[in-house]
Amino acid sequence: MTTTEQHIDQILMPILEQVSDPEIPVLSIMDMGVVRSAIIENGIVKVEITPTYSGCPAMDVIGDDIKKALQDAGYKSEIDLILHPAWTTDWITPRGRQALEDYGIAAPLNAEADKEVLLNGKRIVKCTNCGSKNTRLVSQFGSTACKAQFQCADCQEPFDYFKCLK
Amino acid sequence: MKNKNLYNYILGIADNSLILGQRMGELCGHGPSLETDIACTNISLDLFGQVRSYFQYAAKIAGDGRTEDDIAMLRKEREYKNVLLVEQPNTDFAFTLGRQFLFDVYHLAFLSELQKSSDLTLSAIANKCIKEVSYHERFSSDWVKRLGDGTEESKQKMQDAINSLWTYTDELFHQTEVDKAMVEEGIGVDVTQLKEEYYKKVSQLLEEATLDIPESKWFQKGGKEGIHTEHLGYLLSDLQYMQRTYPNMEW
Ligand SMILES: [Zn+2]
Repeated sequence: MTTTEQHIDQILMPILEQVSDPEIPVLSIMDMGVVRSAIIENGIVKVEITPTYSGCPAMDVIGDDIKKALQDAGYKSEIDLILHPAWTTDWITPRGRQALEDYGIAAPLNAEADKEVLLNGKRIVKCTNCGSKNTRLVSQFGSTACKAQFQCADCQEPFDYFKCLK
Repeated sequence: MKNKNLYNYILGIADNSLILGQRMGELCGHGPSLETDIACTNISLDLFGQVRSYFQYAAKIAGDGRTEDDIAMLRKEREYKNVLLVEQPNTDFAFTLGRQFLFDVYHLAFLSELQKSSDLTLSAIANKCIKEVSYHERFSSDWVKRLGDGTEESKQKMQDAINSLWTYTDELFHQTEVDKAMVEEGIGVDVTQLKEEYYKKVSQLLEEATLDIPESKWFQKGGKEGIHTEHLGYLLSDLQYMQRTYPNMEW
């Protein structure tokens, strides 16, 4: 029951990969790991998505965007929001992590390192601008609940860090 | 309604998040600095997100066409089941974060137990929420320490906040008849079991923050039974304004 596997019909993959996170447009929802299953049943595509954060306002938009993308490809669809198993930042793909970094958002560290950074002020988050690890936590909450705010002490660039959620 | 106890139990949990979420949301554009403003409103957003999961489930149980919005917006004051702690107003930043801290420590312990609920929807919601709430608790604990172990003025303000909020802490561990019935069925959390650990954890942090642990043994309760302090009415008139003024309006 607590499966962390994804069930995605490969025919649907190219369509779903075109749908991006409305708040981080460089990131496909597939690389974000929010689509847990997408199967075709009696001519209808059934998609299960899971929210990153409970209050994430992007979820309703993502649901609509998926519906529209599938419709453009000639499919009728039903979107279900599931809570279990809960989303974790571990589900962001390597390509997704790279997209985040390129966009100026530091990708999540592992849970241990994340704690060190957010609680003990350890300087290990890499600046997305210059690559320096001489960075400091400005606020545990950034532009959205899923991010924390950092500043680079070398190049002075402020940037977001995607917090580890596990 | 079948499952009336479960419906009321869910509302009891969700109303704490709803009312505290509204309080934190009041800081939108009014926080003492940009960073804290954004942090408080992000916490508010998390709480509202959690509330949606609970109310969607409650609406399904009610099964009479009521929606999550109806449950959130269209009840009367006496029908809200939140604890008195979360409805207390944002008098100053120390008070706001002190209140958050006193609730977060409880919330975390509560969700940790709710994950074991025999009700699979509730356990899934708890499993989701606990990840967010652990960030809330880090944030509020951090501020209690910073202000407590800060300047003379910040210390005094945090001490005053803890002193005046202390009277509302015991209610967190008060069991209603609905709570008892739900514990019996393996669905609900036995909050009486959380009390000792709560005061231990809170006291430890207050000590770390160089603050005094209040000694008063007089505790106020009533919120869980719908008997609220005067502050809730004002909060609700804000919260419900749009639905009361333009009934059935949609975003
Ligand atoms: Zn830099």
